[in-house]
Amino acid sequence: MIDFEYHHPTSLDEVFGLLDQYGEDARVMAGGTALVIQMKQRLAQPAHVIGLRRVGSLNSIESTSEGVSIGALCTQRQVQNNPIVAGELPLLADTFRKVATPRIRNMATIGGGLVNGDPNQDPPPALIALGASAVMTSKSGDRVVPVEDLFIDYYETDVQPGEVLTSVLVPRAPTGSGSVYLKFLPRTADDYGTVSVAAVVSQKPDGSCKDVRIVLGSVGVTPIRATQAEDALRGQPLTDENIRAAAALVKDAVDPLEDFRGSAEYKTDMAEVFTRRAIEQAMTSGKTGS
Amino acid sequence: MNQKVRLKINGTDHELDIPARRLLVDCIRYDVGLTGTKEGCSVGVCGACAVLVDGEMFASCITLAVAVDGSEITTIEGIAENGNLHPVQQAFIDNGGFQCGICTPGQVIAAKSLLDENPNPTEDEIKEWMMGNLCRCTGYYGILNSVAAAAKTMSESG
Repeated sequence: MIDFEYHHPTSLDEVFGLLDQYGEDARVMAGGTALVIQMKQRLAQPAHVIGLRRVGSLNSIESTSEGVSIGALCTQRQVQNNPIVAGELPLLADTFRKVATPRIRNMATIGGGLVNGDPNQDPPPALIALGASAVMTSKSGDRVVPVEDLFIDYYETDVQPGEVLTSVLVPRAPTGSGSVYLKFLPRTADDYGTVSVAAVVSQKPDGSCKDVRIVLGSVGVTPIRATQAEDALRGQPLTDENIRAAAALVKDAVDPLEDFRGSAEYKTDMAEVFTRRAIEQAMTSGKTGS
Repeated sequence: MNQKVRLKINGTDHELDIPARRLLVDCIRYDVGLTGTKEGCSVGVCGACAVLVDGEMFASCITLAVAVDGSEITTIEGIAENGNLHPVQQAFIDNGGFQCGICTPGQVIAAKSLLDENPNPTEDEIKEWMMGNLCRCTGYYGILNSVAAAAKTMSESG
């Protein structure tokens, strides 16, 4: 790791001042699980590291009229174990429980994970399926970005110079809807998913599909929302045939990178399989939950 | 550049003048001289370097010492009390919880961290927690038995 200066600001104003002063030479650090490894591997070589640990007010979780507001510095374990999240956003509690190991979840934060822009992470598909937004704060105020639009390319996000992701706002899923996050882990329990799928399904009284959101992870350079599959199901009876036909459409939506977890072709096939299972399981969880 | 870092390690205050890039594992081993904490994978995956930072389990190989300035750190050297091994340490000895030993300090810290917040874990809870600590000797059953035995001892004596 090349040497750098570490800064301990205690307020966001101080953070913005440091970002102004050091510009491109500075990186903001939350839990550091991603950035420290990137610095060790010299993929990131900032001359200044701005640590957020001492900035207060960024680690609370509150229930609001619009949903649940989660401070960017909440650790992933804090989100996993929070009673508000468990009660109002069970999909999110379950998703964060599946991230890496307890040790990493103690360190890594919800905001740090998002701005890292790694397409293999677990929280983004679930957050996008729930319609969450990220609040980006700068000297000039707040800018609210749907998490769906946060990811531009491989490890590239919409965070602008001078901005810090300060909180994540997650709307509650519609009453009577069901949701699931499936993570295909053929290797080890702490691994990234070979493919992952988050699905939120709400049904009309007659059992047909009122609305559906399907988002996949680990199958492209960003998380991918399967809009064609969603469109094929919306308003239709949730029959086995319709679900299979919709799941087959994700094969055209994904563009997986080949790696030691599998070939692009294999991951494409698994994306279809896990999308089908996710829709089926989300439907069942909605029925038991309502 | 060198920066002042204050850490309370196993109850002893240390004021260090170290480069900002110093990792907590290197600080503990080389600046402070406590070599019980091991470095394995260096990327936060294997658990050998686990220490407690203000009571929470961290991977010291991907933690900057300067980032946890002002924290209380507990390492494997700090969990015995008054010359008596911690019940988790004793359980690892009694139940064959280690073979070559390189992963053991991290395994013991992880087990202590689990039992501190969940004194009576189920077998599944033990597995879910301890899966973050790898043992290349593959002595996993001995480790799981050790954690379960330590939970039993601690709940009986507590």
